Amino acid sequence: MEPNFASYSVGLMAIIKTEGLTYTYPVATKPAVEDVSITIEKGEFAVLTGPSGCGKTTLCRCFNGLIPHFYRGDLQGHIRVIDFDVRETPIHKLALHVGLVFQNPENQLFALSVEKDVAFGLENLGMLREEMQKRVNYALETSGISHLRLKAPHELSGGQQQRVAIAGIIAMQPEVMVLDEPTSFLDPLGAEKIFKVIRILNQSLNMTVILVEHRLDLAARYANHVIVMDRGKVILDGEPKEVLSSEKARLVGVGIPKVTRLYQRLEEDGILKASEIPLSSEEMIALLRGVLAGD
Amino acid sequence: MIDVKRVSFTYPNGTEALREVSIRVRDGEFLAVMGQNGAGKTTLVKLFNGLLKPTSGKVLVDNVNTKDTSVAKLARSVGFVFQNPDNQLFCETVEEEISFALRNFGFDESRVKRRVTWALNLLGLNEYRKTSPFMLSGGERKRVALASVLAWDPKVVVMDEPTIGQDHRQKEKLRQFIIQLNSQGKTVVIVTHDVEFVAECAPRIVLMSSGRIVAEGSSKEILTDPETLTKASIVVPQITQVFMGLADLGFQFDVIDLLSAKKLLSERLIKK
Ligand SMILES: Nc1ncnc2c1ncn2[C@@H]1O[C@H](COP(=O)(O)OP(=O)(O)OP(=O)(O)O)[C@@H](O)[C@H]1O
Ligand SMILES: Nc1ncnc2c1ncn2[C@@H]1O[C@H](COP(=O)(O)OP(=O)(O)O)[C@@H](O)[C@H]1O
Ligand SMILES: [Mg+2]
Ligand SMILES: [Mg+2]
Repeated sequence: MEPNFASYSVGLMAIIKTEGLTYTYPVATKPAVEDVSITIEKGEFAVLTGPSGCGKTTLCRCFNGLIPHFYRGDLQGHIRVIDFDVRETPIHKLALHVGLVFQNPENQLFALSVEKDVAFGLENLGMLREEMQKRVNYALETSGISHLRLKAPHELSGGQQQRVAIAGIIAMQPEVMVLDEPTSFLDPLGAEKIFKVIRILNQSLNMTVILVEHRLDLAARYANHVIVMDRGKVILDGEPKEVLSSEKARLVGVGIPKVTRLYQRLEEDGILKASEIPLSSEEMIALLRGVLAGD
Repeated sequence: MIDVKRVSFTYPNGTEALREVSIRVRDGEFLAVMGQNGAGKTTLVKLFNGLLKPTSGKVLVDNVNTKDTSVAKLARSVGFVFQNPDNQLFCETVEEEISFALRNFGFDESRVKRRVTWALNLLGLNEYRKTSPFMLSGGERKRVALASVLAWDPKVVVMDEPTIGQDHRQKEKLRQFIIQLNSQGKTVVIVTHDVEFVAECAPRIVLMSSGRIVAEGSSKEILTDPETLTKASIVVPQITQVFMGLADLGFQFDVIDLLSAKKLLSERLIKK
């Protein structure tokens, strides 16, 4: 096994690479993640999706070392993130490179004010005060919470708390950004704005993004890689259009965009056929216009 | 009936979360409260079962002022599922979690058993009966929180963000269950950001912004009104976006759900 794995680390672009990764929580009877072999390239915007309880969060915890260092349990197989073997790298070291927004924001916030919470990660980086101030302001601004900067995080609404957690990672600008259902508490326009900011960071800084999301209506358009899990295993891994149009994705009940579902229903009935499956309402409108032209 | 009369609410730190809000939830109604983060939605629905008491104004539940009764008493008829399940769950196993309230309300043991099994099945949690809620995924925990309230069959069910962490299939199950509850005459109130879920359920919608109700109406009226939605930081459902984009081809644009969309498009496409 070992020699085989060594060759991955010399691969130029792979930033996350797992090989036969299997993890079982302490006292659990079956693995939460089973035989997962995936590669995420530097600068990718990857969306990780799949039914509730399929292992998405567990896999994210492997990316930043919470598994195995905090959760313990049994980890088999290989996982490398950037240049680190996760198993051999302490969490605090990985944390400088991999930022994780938790699924439940309340569990992540602890400072006495929003501003301090957002600045926390930067203090650990030993950043200059001025640069820090600039980053924090940018993060608060783009997350839409400048007006809350002096408030206590535990006295905010659910969505406001989630924005604070996201602002923390936007300020950090880590090489790898892992966001676990980061928009579940956000209002739709807010979610859209935050996806756009993340997309900008992803493109301008070549930051790698891994986004766990059910609401593919909003997220699909930003992704260039989609991974679908089911019962601990990766069942689909590839280009968004390919993955989301596959029969398997539909069968496991992935949150395929509504317009894509509409297209699939019409296609089943033999009424509509496109060379490329629509993922957004714009694409669906263009397709229907093409077909109905000259009506 | 829940009658909220000119209620304002200010948190101890001085945040004015509600400003003179009036709203009536009739028996058997299905209502969705939507709007931007921090608009006051959670604060509003916490008034419905007395978890919060108004700073001014009053809330009447079946003509009883929530100030004159206890949360424990109100809870039997108004069940409340928290936005964050961690604020609600505390037992050692999922089974105990769901049994807890049932025992408190004096259900006998055989009924407790039946209701627990029923709720576990409904929310797809059977395999977790003996598991600690804290060892579950976020979406599973949310379903335990839903199960523990639905189990005691309250007359009014208030769910704060019920679709959080749920995949398409779970959402579809939840949708069908809500429709069933509602058709049995129960009152259902959901707080949600999930526009696509609302578009398929078609409840009456109340839109909130900055502590006030800014619009009220049917799903069709509200979800096809982009200007009003933007004020509440909500986007138009995908299906409606498509129909709006085709308006010049003679399509009606007040379409929000998948089935209607398919029907309307089929009619036109078949002619081609
Ligand atoms: N415990 C608290 N103490 C002080 N202020 C609070 C508290 N909880 C909420 N607030 C404030 O009250 C206002 C309304 O909050 P509420 O939780 O009702 O919003 P919401 O509409 O449910 O938002 P979200 O969509 O983010 O859940 C916000 O300004 C929020 O910051
Ligand atoms: N701390 C934990 N201890 C034991 N089992 C857990 C723990 N967290 C999650 N699990 C279990 O592992 C499986 C995968 O969970 P998770 O990765 O959180 O799923 P997802 O994020 O895809 O919804 C589920 O069966 C869940 O019950
Ligand atoms: Mg999860
Ligand atoms: Mg809320």
